[in-house]
Amino acid sequence: MRKTEVLVVGGGPAGLSAAIAAASMGAKVLLVDDGLKLGGQLVKQTHKFFGSHRQSAGVRGIKIAGMLLSDIEKLKDKIEVVSNTTATGYYQDDGVVTAMTGEDVYMKIKSERVIIATGASERMLTFPNNDLPGVYGAGAVQTLMNVYGIVPGDRVLMVGAGNIGLIVSYQLMQANVEVATVVEAMPYIGGYLVHASKIRRLGVPIYTSHTILEVYGKDAVEAAAIVKLDSKWQPIPSTKRILNVDTVCLSVGLSPLIELLWQAGCKMKYVPQLGGNVVLRDKYMRTSRRDIFVAGDVAGIEEATSAMLEGKLAGLIAASDLGYAYDGWEADREDTLSSLEELRRGPLSEKIRSGLKEVVVEW
Amino acid sequence: MSSRLEHHPILTFQRGRKVKFYFDGKELEGYEGETIAAALHAAGVKKYRTSAELGRPRGFFCAIGKCSSCFMVVDGKPNVRVCVTPLREGMRVQTQIGKGDLIEKN
Repeated sequence: MRKTEVLVVGGGPAGLSAAIAAASMGAKVLLVDDGLKLGGQLVKQTHKFFGSHRQSAGVRGIKIAGMLLSDIEKLKDKIEVVSNTTATGYYQDDGVVTAMTGEDVYMKIKSERVIIATGASERMLTFPNNDLPGVYGAGAVQTLMNVYGIVPGDRVLMVGAGNIGLIVSYQLMQANVEVATVVEAMPYIGGYLVHASKIRRLGVPIYTSHTILEVYGKDAVEAAAIVKLDSKWQPIPSTKRILNVDTVCLSVGLSPLIELLWQAGCKMKYVPQLGGNVVLRDKYMRTSRRDIFVAGDVAGIEEATSAMLEGKLAGLIAASDLGYAYDGWEADREDTLSSLEELRRGPLSEKIRSGLKEVVVEW
Repeated sequence: MSSRLEHHPILTFQRGRKVKFYFDGKELEGYEGETIAAALHAAGVKKYRTSAELGRPRGFFCAIGKCSSCFMVVDGKPNVRVCVTPLREGMRVQTQIGKGDLIEKN
């Protein structure tokens, strides 16, 4: 059994920030991450971030990951990192977290405080042959292409014109992969128009009110059909078109990875604006279980900047519970809170704000 | 076109040592530090297993060890998530047919 003061589950932007904050306060931190390398989705992001300069706007995601990792390195006396390790269970009777390294090495972890920063997983879409190799999640395409430098195929159909669909389309073009088209079932583009304009300028059409109908192929994708939807979301058969593509990239939303929170018995609520079932918490990210915190996409699908701020809050408060502090940490906490509020102030965050109203409580 | 990127406007790829491994008995090359799935994909292999009930082809999907789509038999062990398992010299990687068998240890 490993013992620690603060266990952080997940080494993406939220988890890294939480570990840094808790260790800066003086707490002993164990950071468990399922990836081979830390950084979560950040290490795949070649685009520059938006927001305010204080939150690294104008910096590419991959650089932000580097900055966080160098902070982790500076705090290595306090932070132990265990990679390639998936937290597999939370046991309510004794508060033990189990984890699996690789495929068959197990460990038990007991920690005074646990910060769950597990992120999200990609949603699937239902259509014939959606299980054929060549139908990939957008995150998987990013991993293959931006982490390992391997292109997913020669010609791609992108499904979904939210920010991820638009950004990954552009990343595919950066890697010289042809994007046949982007389809979006909604009658409008969900992502920022600056991303949409970038790929349109390069000649890739974005069809709104269109979806994928089916995929064709024997052992892998050989073609895909798209179709226009009417105002009741029904396919209009006469508009069916076949595209010669070898890859279909799905970017149809994310679901929070909340299994550990369910297992821990934290109070949950279904809030569609935040991506599904999410956990109730106070403004400092504490759940209904006093010893468990959340941060990042697992707390509601948002983006990396808010994840980092939430992670910092959770890390500060978890360490403070254990009696740790540094000079001016309370000012830092309030400052982080106001940065988060500022970030969510714009019209594009309306959905997030309405979702948060349903889950942010006072304990 | 090779599926490995040599030039990228923003990223540089630092690959590990080149290693040989075997896919269904055939010798392939990959790089240390990448996953088995990445090395297979780069070699043009997209089908990793067949599904348990309908025998349908399955491959890569989530790349983060969550979806179970990429289970293969690696060095005799079934149900290995090749998207999160690092490639090593001499690995024997096989297409998994159906559920795969448990290895009994004495």
